Amino acid sequence: MKTDRIVNLSRRRFLTKSVAAAAGLTLGVIPIAGAGMRESGPGLAGSAPAEAGDFQPNAFLRISRDNSITVISKHLEMGQGTYTGMATLVAEELDADWEQVRVEGAPADAARYRNLFWGEAQGTGGSTAIANSWLQMRKAGAAARQMLIEAAAKQWQVKPAEIEVKGGIVSHAVSGRKARFGELADAAAEQPVPQDVLLKDQDEFRLIGKRLPRKDSPEKIDGSARFTIDVRLPNMVTAVVAHPPRFGAKVRSFNATAAKAMPGVKYVVQIPSGVAVMAGDYWSAKRGRDALQVEWDESNAFTLSSKQILEQYRALANEPGNVGRNQGDTAGAMTKAAKVMEAEYSVPYLAHAPMEPMDCVVRIDASGCEIWNGEQMNTGDQHAVAAALGIKPEQVRINMLYAGGSFGRRANPKADYVLEAVHIAKALKPGIPVKMIWSREDDMRAGFYRPLFLHRLRAGLNGDNQPTVWQQRIVGQSIMAGTAFESMMIKEGVDQTSVEGAANLPYTLENIQIDLHSPILPVPVQWWRSVGSTHTAFAVECFVDELAEAVGKDPVAFRRSYLTGHSRHLGVLNLAVEKAGWSEPMGPGRGRGVAVHESFNSYVAQVAEVTVRRGVIHVDRVVIAVDCGIPINPDVIEAQMQGGMGYGLAATLASELTFKDGRVEQSNFNDYLSLRIDQMPEVEVYIVPSTEPPTGVGEPATPVIAPAVANAVYAATGQRLRQLPLRLA
Amino acid sequence: MIQLNVNGTTQSLDIDPEMPLLWALREYIGLTGTKFGCGIAQCGSCTVHIDGDPVRSCITPVSAVLGKQVTTIEGLNSSAGKAVQAAWRDLEVVQCGYCQSGQIMSAVALLERKNSPTDADIDAAMQGNLCRCATYVRIRAAIKAASKQPV
Repeated sequence: MKTDRIVNLSRRRFLTKSVAAAAGLTLGVIPIAGAGMRESGPGLAGSAPAEAGDFQPNAFLRISRDNSITVISKHLEMGQGTYTGMATLVAEELDADWEQVRVEGAPADAARYRNLFWGEAQGTGGSTAIANSWLQMRKAGAAARQMLIEAAAKQWQVKPAEIEVKGGIVSHAVSGRKARFGELADAAAEQPVPQDVLLKDQDEFRLIGKRLPRKDSPEKIDGSARFTIDVRLPNMVTAVVAHPPRFGAKVRSFNATAAKAMPGVKYVVQIPSGVAVMAGDYWSAKRGRDALQVEWDESNAFTLSSKQILEQYRALANEPGNVGRNQGDTAGAMTKAAKVMEAEYSVPYLAHAPMEPMDCVVRIDASGCEIWNGEQMNTGDQHAVAAALGIKPEQVRINMLYAGGSFGRRANPKADYVLEAVHIAKALKPGIPVKMIWSREDDMRAGFYRPLFLHRLRAGLNGDNQPTVWQQRIVGQSIMAGTAFESMMIKEGVDQTSVEGAANLPYTLENIQIDLHSPILPVPVQWWRSVGSTHTAFAVECFVDELAEAVGKDPVAFRRSYLTGHSRHLGVLNLAVEKAGWSEPMGPGRGRGVAVHESFNSYVAQVAEVTVRRGVIHVDRVVIAVDCGIPINPDVIEAQMQGGMGYGLAATLASELTFKDGRVEQSNFNDYLSLRIDQMPEVEVYIVPSTEPPTGVGEPATPVIAPAVANAVYAATGQRLRQLPLRLA
Repeated sequence: MIQLNVNGTTQSLDIDPEMPLLWALREYIGLTGTKFGCGIAQCGSCTVHIDGDPVRSCITPVSAVLGKQVTTIEGLNSSAGKAVQAAWRDLEVVQCGYCQSGQIMSAVALLERKNSPTDADIDAAMQGNLCRCATYVRIRAAIKAASKQPV
């Protein structure tokens, strides 16, 4: 990580004499790479964004005279608990009282708010929020704490070393003097900014490691939390868009007469992605769209069906692909093998289907463009919008609101739905705000799916019945091709996200080869909670079970013997099987399965218990062990393990997006099936104690459940199910 | 003019009587706690109470609720409502939060009918409320905590 430079924003703000609203202490930790950017007062995302060219905040926290502490989160809160995590890191080193801390979303500005793992871009994803902010946020808190101490020392005429800070109180034991942060805020802002701050040791943590209450809970429980769909601006219109029925189709012509005749419809405009109908409210706009007549040009439309795609992939799997890992001599070892096993695994396209369908609010005027959005790809969207409008990125102001789920969808590499809303607003008179809302059907059929993947696996056993060689061929569309991440993520023809979870196979076989075909199809694809691991973990961890059986070993014992040197894999595996009671007998029709997988540098093992009754798979209990480094908030980690597993369980048992003649066959939650409460198993979560730097928890539980359940189904029924969603014969 | 009784207040609205209650609440009365998720009564995000019964407001035209009492998340003040919201806080149920108004409204309606629901009762009452964050373990625990049952 680069060295950070800490600057005092409130001081500069003070010197500009515009103190009234911003009095107090505002601190930012600026990555060196971002030096020279604009600076100023508090982050006002979501409330009153500053005008373009105005001083912008360079801050991660703000202490006000009223004693409130505002932590400014550079990361999107989409349910994963990041607002609580960011606040915990700052409050820990600040020694703040948790009750006095609130959180707001940062504006889009990569100079100040970049993801330290993403080069120069601001955004949330890849389970990086805590990992990249771990030192940055703590330094921000520690610097502020030191300035509060210096301020108190001066006021009280005592030595800084004699001052203690605890629970939001600065005190001097000898003189008995005390002050709350707010009372010292103005004086603290006048102190020099310490550049070398001392961070706490792990055993000094008071907040990190505690089950602190989430900062976003109260407003999400009383209905007051503001999502994009809740934004209301004066003169705003609501837009719905008629999209082509198939990918690659375009508007040939449209007749707006009937649509415009519908009560409340105000505008009908053509945009690059379809035809937008606007009214004062969603229902009227949607009725207008229902009446709209569009003739589509489908001459270049996608026409394949999922079955055909799978057949084509199967044929491709007969040919060698680009090599993602080559260890030893796979071909030679395969020739020498006494026994060769082969299996094919496949997974379908999947929609993210967050509960809040894609939506976006846009207002364009002479000064630029303002956006309200559950913003996950701040820099990418900002630049895409600027390019579309021919304005500067800094003229695109983005208010980062809560997202009603995302699972990756709102981090669209093409800024798809954001640009669509921008194009609509651009077609109207300047100054008219547009709220674009996709119906569930629109959302389901707009693409950017988890790609369909096929894996062909082969393993060779030697004469002693020992596996010596593993060959895995992967076929599926590249997520990174054509995105800003392409140069970083595609190496020698191999999209790292297509092979992650397989190319880093932890099992210690002598000869390993992973190769890849990335066929090009017009179906837009995108990262989906845990990305490549969504399919690689399924193929790898099920095939490992097949190998264990082939050599006559228990699945846990087999894994242990081939995970030598992988202590963190072994740590979670051993913890999960111990807590699950792995060797306890199970009744007829019941089975237990295990899987262990690393993604985003976090390690998760799961043991699933299933009952197969009248041809239906019931998952009764799931025991999860996770090693994510130093646990920041065990309750949030537990929630992400439960929910991340549940998200994966939906795809294990039910979810599937299919094409028929190029058309998406599903439309809504009646046919795109998700997990419901009666299908949710009992879940136990165990966290491995650690002194390693923290890693993410939003994704790593998701990919592990499919293989755990499939292996349990095999134990229960003797059926090896190699296709998701699992369907019994 | 349509007269709606929402959270104890009469609202006069100049809207089409066929407009779903969801959009009347959200876009004409400004009560945005009730959410749009599917539009076809498959996800439960839009659940409100009509005379105490849980109803999917996305498919309920306002004409169907004339003369009835509509309660939304913002107007929840029964003892069961307060108990459910407190349990939701204590057990940290929410993640993204988008479906939670609907979950809470369904849970309150359940507890108002049955103060010690079984697991089967909870399944039956809550099956219509999707949560893509899969907060179901905690929803179940919170309903039990809010009821008279020990968790």
